[in-house]
Amino acid sequence: MVEEIGTTQDGDLIINVGPQHPATHGVLHLVITLHGETIKKVEPHLGYIHRSIEKMCESLTYRQFIYVTSRMDYLSSHINNHGCALLVERAMQIEVPARAQVIRVLMDELTRIASHELWWGAMAMDLGAFTPFFHAFREREMINEIMEDTCGARLTMNYMVPGGVQEDIHPDFVRKVKEFIALFKRKVDEYDEMVTDNIIFRKRMENVGVISAADAISYGLSGPSLRGSGVSCDVRKYYPYDVYNQVQFEEIIETGGDSLARYMVRIREMKQSISIIEQLLDGIPDGDFCAKTKAVIKLPKGEFYQRVETARGELGIYVVSEGATTPYRIKFRSPGFSNLSALDHMARGSKIGDLVAMMGTLDLVIPDIDR
Amino acid sequence: MYLVNYIKEVLSALRSLLIGMRRTLFYFTHHKEIITEQYPDNRATLKLADRFKGEVVMPHNENNEHRCTGCTACELACPNGTIKVITKFDITPEGKKKKAIDKLVYHLELCTMCNLCVYACPSDAIKMAQTFEHSVFDRNQLTKVLNFPDSKIMDGVE
Repeated sequence: MVEEIGTTQDGDLIINVGPQHPATHGVLHLVITLHGETIKKVEPHLGYIHRSIEKMCESLTYRQFIYVTSRMDYLSSHINNHGCALLVERAMQIEVPARAQVIRVLMDELTRIASHELWWGAMAMDLGAFTPFFHAFREREMINEIMEDTCGARLTMNYMVPGGVQEDIHPDFVRKVKEFIALFKRKVDEYDEMVTDNIIFRKRMENVGVISAADAISYGLSGPSLRGSGVSCDVRKYYPYDVYNQVQFEEIIETGGDSLARYMVRIREMKQSISIIEQLLDGIPDGDFCAKTKAVIKLPKGEFYQRVETARGELGIYVVSEGATTPYRIKFRSPGFSNLSALDHMARGSKIGDLVAMMGTLDLVIPDIDR
Repeated sequence: MYLVNYIKEVLSALRSLLIGMRRTLFYFTHHKEIITEQYPDNRATLKLADRFKGEVVMPHNENNEHRCTGCTACELACPNGTIKVITKFDITPEGKKKKAIDKLVYHLELCTMCNLCVYACPSDAIKMAQTFEHSVFDRNQLTKVLNFPDSKIMDGVE
């Protein structure tokens, strides 16, 4: 139950942060119990951006429901679409052409870089540094332009379809990505110089929001937030999809468990994504970009589960099919929801000023938490 | 000892701040690196990507002919009910009845630009246009009829 806003009998102060507050990302409502400056409890209240996506999907066909998933975690919409396409392909046993597989992985990794860049800029802004936000958006704009050329959209792509991708890559795609990589490699070092090595930043991140590996697992953390606690959990390594088993990349693990560790995981992951893109970019195989599929997709009767590694963690898509053209039930296991659940555990006992650092490094995207 | 550490910390903080400021100064003095676009002052030269999904249009040729057969594939593909195909029956010169579109009604206010209708169209009758300034004073103006008045189907499109 929500306690009344004000002061409790013990002299604790209960305050609201959000739903529309500069310290929250999107419309997240936090009810914080404070003892002086120390946090005693953080209660997230959800529902401000609930659009009932799971129920909506039950009335959409297997081609149509993909576009809704772009609106869940809008920063990694390609990866959400990829997961849905993979699920349908696996259930229907559709063979995806090699060219489509490579294009999809390239898009996924570009999305991951774009997402981490936005996170980096927004998080630095939360901590009081304003310039990094513009630096991050400048490089992200290049990725957005690459996406716009090929997919025709900047955020809600709906580019991946069961069987492949909607359109072939733009003729300029390879050239533009190469230009971006050449520039971005210099810029990552600039990011380190500007933010990572800054002593104020380090003081605010080190030993803030510590979560042990066992706790992180029990709260269901995934993705960079869990890898910051020293647990190996990359879906791309353990359940490789498309061409992820053919590329060499390192799973980034930091053992600190604090905000700085989670920060470093994401910064280093951007460099790994660059390496994946470099390996695939020169050898995009020729051939079709989409397999021939039936006009009406009917999944066989049964239950299907597909997981993908989004920029925030593991996205699980669970479909119960009755053999019709629309799913009987869809459940999305979104990474943001589980990551948010650990916030209370992390924040207890720390100062209120550190809360934004913890929220920043959990990389919360509210439409992903509230579907 | 405490005091020495304190002073050292302050100095190193100053140093890292100055390193950060060096970047800011660099961009302050290098105007070439500024990439902001001055919309709407640049409307004359602004060009969006060829595949940018702005709105659905139906291209017509110079004889006022389109390629739509009225098969309703786009209507079935649309997740939001954005497109309504209203068909009629034309009488061909041989005296046969032939299905053709009367109106292809497009509700821009419902459209999410997912491209599924264009992807589903078997005869390339519709495509995405690169317009983006969609604001109007009345929402009825957002409901559009895509085929031009008195237009008919191109020869050879089945």
